[in-house]
Amino acid sequence: MPESPNIIEVRDLRKIYRVGEVDVHALRGVNLDVPRGEFLAVVGPSGSGKSTLFHILGGLAAPTSGTVSMDGQDVRALTDAGRTELRKRCVGFVFQKYNLLPTLSARDNIEIARSIAHRTGPQEEWFKDALKLLDLEKRLDHKPRALSGGEQQRVAIARAIVNHPAILLADEPTGNLDTKNSEAVLNLLRQLNKKIGQTILMITHNPEAAEFADRTVHMRDGEIVEAPAAGH
Amino acid sequence: MINKLVIENLKHRPVRTFLSMLAISIEVTMVLTLVGLSYGMLEESVRRTRGVGADVIVRPPGSSALTLSNAPMPEKLQNYFAGLPHVTRVTGTVVHPLVFPESVTGIDLAAFGEMSGGFKYLEGGPFQSPEDLIIDEHYARQQKLKVGQKVNLINRTWRVCGIVESGKLARLFVQLPVLQDLEGNQGKLSQIYLQADDDANIQTIIKGLKDTPALKEYGVYSTEELVSLISVSNLPGLKAFIAVIIGLGIVIGFLVVFLSMYTAVLERTREIGVLKAIGASPGYVLNILLRETAVLAFFGSILGVGLSFVSRWLITTLVPASLQQKIMPEWWLICMAISLVGALLGTLYPAWKAAKQDAIEALAYD
Ligand SMILES: Nc1ncnc2c1ncn2[C@@H]1O[C@H](COP(=O)(O)OP(=O)(O)OP(=O)(O)O)[C@@H](O)[C@H]1O
Ligand SMILES: [Mg+2]
Repeated sequence: MPESPNIIEVRDLRKIYRVGEVDVHALRGVNLDVPRGEFLAVVGPSGSGKSTLFHILGGLAAPTSGTVSMDGQDVRALTDAGRTELRKRCVGFVFQKYNLLPTLSARDNIEIARSIAHRTGPQEEWFKDALKLLDLEKRLDHKPRALSGGEQQRVAIARAIVNHPAILLADEPTGNLDTKNSEAVLNLLRQLNKKIGQTILMITHNPEAAEFADRTVHMRDGEIVEAPAAGH
Repeated sequence: MINKLVIENLKHRPVRTFLSMLAISIEVTMVLTLVGLSYGMLEESVRRTRGVGADVIVRPPGSSALTLSNAPMPEKLQNYFAGLPHVTRVTGTVVHPLVFPESVTGIDLAAFGEMSGGFKYLEGGPFQSPEDLIIDEHYARQQKLKVGQKVNLINRTWRVCGIVESGKLARLFVQLPVLQDLEGNQGKLSQIYLQADDDANIQTIIKGLKDTPALKEYGVYSTEELVSLISVSNLPGLKAFIAVIIGLGIVIGFLVVFLSMYTAVLERTREIGVLKAIGASPGYVLNILLRETAVLAFFGSILGVGLSFVSRWLITTLVPASLQQKIMPEWWLICMAISLVGALLGTLYPAWKAAKQDAIEALAYD
């Protein structure tokens, strides 16, 4: 595959869920290009297909038709094992619910992601810098229930990037946070984007949150309806 | 790291973990106790048979090695046997069965003592009167009997005259003629024991007896032959019994672990989704649950081995005369394997369910 400046290329992507006798068209021909190193916000009403798009990009669900290229990989051609591999190496997920493993400490939540990707040994320097940005050093030995929502979300971000994924997918990362914590998390995402060049896609309902991104795209009824060239 | 997750998961639900281990340990204890009882009681029976000191045993027509016919033999046979070459001593007994496994044995104390080396009295002494009863230490302990106390057996009141060291034929002894009278079998015996002048002549004696036409229907055995027949492999019922216990053990382990892991998987739906979202393969999820089960089975088995000592202590304290449990280290590994097999079978379905669980649905799950 020729080297493309776009780390994500989506063409006429469709996803149909079959619920009993009814077909639900969650995505109706999405086209999207994301250049490497971009921080992109995805906004749109509830049910417009934002999460579905992320699940396909991240290999959690298979597309019905269309083409999706993630960091040069044709996602549509992937088997189950191939999608597992994609999640392991190419993408990192952050969710609205922090989704930390409750029985493990913050440190071990991060370590288990490394061990699943068969990465052992000490953490890399860039990641230690990222941890400083996240301001988590003092909280690493606590279990999730002893952490605030903002802290849990920062641990989840650390876990999502520890394997140095090409793309970070964040589905409403500030949806459960108050203004102050939201701002901290958003600042952090922007710094990760600027300092280590992390490509980030973020779903949000909040226009102020979208302000932190380089660019915003809008979704409606399973399509991207407008994509302003630049958000800044 | 995977081991840490396994341990933390087990620690997260200590009651579930402890109860699962306890249930597995009870399964193991059950197998060890029942198998230990099977072997222990057979060995006790061998020990007491040897304790008579006889080399050859003659049983009435219709008996087999393991069952005693109650067709009695005439007492006069003893005189005939005593006159045979190489036979040094002869003594006969009558056995009156009580509630299984107990029985009362009528003996000629002098002749029996000569052959067996004599009773060792821990308390009291030999028979004084017809209603006297000699019991062994285990029976005395189990029934809390002392010398001089009265006991009702076979519709009669007896007086304990002596308590003897266990290991000689039976646990309860009365005088032979008294028991013969009670049974209305005067002059009849249910077993006759012979002692040879030399071990080398035992087979000669047996051959002589078997070649005697008048004894054709009688059972003639060397003690060693009889003892070798008292073994698990010679008792088809016992073999089947042990197989059933093992089967039950596996089923119990299966059920316990199935329930435990099934609820664990339901409870962790979300966590399993998270693991998948960060790149865990179905095999990885399976691996976590199998390891968790293996830990439960391993520690449950160790606890079960420990509990089998407790069950033996209870048995020897409460019912030493009726039951003997043998501690069998060679069965410890077998039991561990049994509990592991049951546990792994029990995890298969929950683990398969977890492994194929859809990550998106799991993450949407509350
Ligand atoms: N697993 C599924 N099975 C059936 N229908 C689904 C499934 N997942 C999503 N849908 C449907 O697809 C459509 C798009 O859902 P999606 O979750 O992508 O929306 P969204 O934009 O993320 O909404 P929200 O802002 O509420 O999170 C909806 O109509 C939803 O009901
Ligand atoms: Mg959504």
